[in-house]
Amino acid sequence: MADAITFYTLAALILALAVMVVTVRNTLYSALLLAADFLFVALLYASMNNLLLAVIQVMVYAAGIVLVYVFVVILVNLKRLPEQHPDPSRYRMIGGVLAAAVLGELVLIGLSGALLPPPAAPAEPTGSVENIAMALFTNFLIPFEVASMLLLVAMVGAIVLAKKEL
Amino acid sequence: MGEITQTHYLMLSAALFVIFLSIELILNAVNINLIAFAEQWGNPSGQVFAIFVIAVAVAEAVVGLGIIVAFYRNKETINIDEMNVMKW
Repeated sequence: MADAITFYTLAALILALAVMVVTVRNTLYSALLLAADFLFVALLYASMNNLLLAVIQVMVYAAGIVLVYVFVVILVNLKRLPEQHPDPSRYRMIGGVLAAAVLGELVLIGLSGALLPPPAAPAEPTGSVENIAMALFTNFLIPFEVASMLLLVAMVGAIVLAKKEL
Repeated sequence: MGEITQTHYLMLSAALFVIFLSIELILNAVNINLIAFAEQWGNPSGQVFAIFVIAVAVAEAVVGLGIIVAFYRNKETINIDEMNVMKW
């Protein structure tokens, strides 16, 4: 019962904040609401016994990425108003079709999930640091190294892009 | 449609950042899915994938915002309808 209350409260808060991120006029408020949203997602991870992922979520997403967004929003302070495109709703048709396709897929998944038997729940939480580290440094060692290379390339690319003369 | 006021233009200029923030929201949704399925099946591969998704999201955010800053420095605008220099 307590689990259900926790889950539905967190889910409602996450969804409401996500809608507010998209609808709020001020971009700075939008970024700060996104930080709050990430914090609630971290709470959701914690409620699933994924404490490592919750900590990573707070440190990387809520603190790191949102901070960079806020910096850039303040830096790119609009001086002149942009011209409006003659037809602002020109992609609405494609978007509607894609959204309908995703919705149909979700309904299909829900229907097929009701037919399949649920797997047996494991005894200990799989999100413990030992389990994640064991998987990360044995089966996923090469992707781990590739990810480090990706971060290095992204860092060099960001520095080059932010230089005075491009 | 009514008169186009300044609010319309502000919403348009905000659209670029909102697109980026929405990408982060989508990646978060994927992460929640990965972790939920990993818990359900008792396989920590989902959590490892979530960590990779976070790493890729960081790289994407940094490079994308770097492109925005470089574009703004050259063109003095961040309107997405004017961002067509790399379009084929």
